Amino acid sequence: MENLSLHHPTRQSAVGAKKMAIVGVVASGNLEVLVERVLPDHECLVEIRTAAEGFGEVWKAVVADFIERYSPGGLKFSINDGGARPDAVSLRLAQAVRLMEEEQ
Amino acid sequence: MSIAPTHMATVPGTVTSWYEASARTRIRLLLDPGSFMEFIGPEKREVSPHLKVFDLPEQFDDGIVVGRGTLGGSKVLIAAQEGRFMGGAFGEVHGAKLTGLLRAARDIGSVPVLILFDTGGVRLQEANAGELAIAEIMRAVIEAREAGAKVIGLIGGRAGCYGGGGLIAGCCSGLVVSEQGRIAVSGPEVIETNRGVEEFDSRDRALVWRTMGGKHRRLLGGAEVFVDDTGQAFRDAALMLLGQVGGFELSTLTNEQARLEARLRDFGGCADAVDIWTAQGIADAATIPALPADQFIALADRFGRISHDAR
Repeated sequence: MENLSLHHPTRQSAVGAKKMAIVGVVASGNLEVLVERVLPDHECLVEIRTAAEGFGEVWKAVVADFIERYSPGGLKFSINDGGARPDAVSLRLAQAVRLMEEEQ
Repeated sequence: MSIAPTHMATVPGTVTSWYEASARTRIRLLLDPGSFMEFIGPEKREVSPHLKVFDLPEQFDDGIVVGRGTLGGSKVLIAAQEGRFMGGAFGEVHGAKLTGLLRAARDIGSVPVLILFDTGGVRLQEANAGELAIAEIMRAVIEAREAGAKVIGLIGGRAGCYGGGGLIAGCCSGLVVSEQGRIAVSGPEVIETNRGVEEFDSRDRALVWRTMGGKHRRLLGGAEVFVDDTGQAFRDAALMLLGQVGGFELSTLTNEQARLEARLRDFGGCADAVDIWTAQGIADAATIPALPADQFIALADRFGRISHDAR
């Protein structure tokens, strides 16, 4: 297992008021994303625990692209990964942000 | 990489297949909208203490979602296994969450429990803890039933209901099953490994489905209700069964023993499920596996046995 912790400043805070959401499942080629609104408005933290070791640079690129696209300020993402491909990771992160857009 | 955010949100109601749905989606399909409240949710991070020893990934809810909600306006306690995480298998935390829910039902006495099974049995990486969990859960099911709580099992997931899950299902007040929802203790590969391919060919999918699948379980009386593979069908069946199942007395168990003895006497010599269906008096028994759900339900209602006084 490999642990990664990626901390990013963001342009703005994430939309919505929902405190917590979870999406996905830990299975081969899949991942779960737990997202919590617990950080200051212009910060984002993505903590990753992955079964596929040695892909740190890919994770950094995917997360940087996600932060740039969605500016999820205030959100902490905790990921349990079962070896998902980068496109699946992007999809789950986007789903998680979307779920947090609800008012409660 | 192009991303279209509008296509990404999960839309409740559009996912209607029980088999395809996740544990959390099944709860949403089953209960009254917005009524679910989770106990020990993923944000508590009560993960397995054993998986990290094997360098395996954990899941924040350890593969089971437990909580309370309402069904048709009445309070229920509910547990849903996630069959895609380690085959929905029972580990220490996974099992403890279900045990705790059943003990709460025992202490309350009047609120029923719905268990949405989707499991291959005990998680081998934490086998001792998992086996203990199965025993604790079986005892907790019986204690909850003694205290007056009905315990209903709903089975239609990709992992089926195998191993200790099959044993727990056998302890429930009533079961709802779909065609996909296999119920057994030893799985096809386990039987083949132990007794040889002549005994059971695990690659013969038709054999697996007609031996362990929902249709056979319904006709044998192992499950009370057979439903189509939709969230709405499971919801309707759960509501119906909650209104039907009786109390839990010594006579319930003696009636169940008599039912099982009669079943063994009548069908113990049959080599295949089709032989059993034929012996039950069903014409063209060989066509049953291919029957659409609605036609099968009509047939089962004529031939099947629902024993309200047994189980």
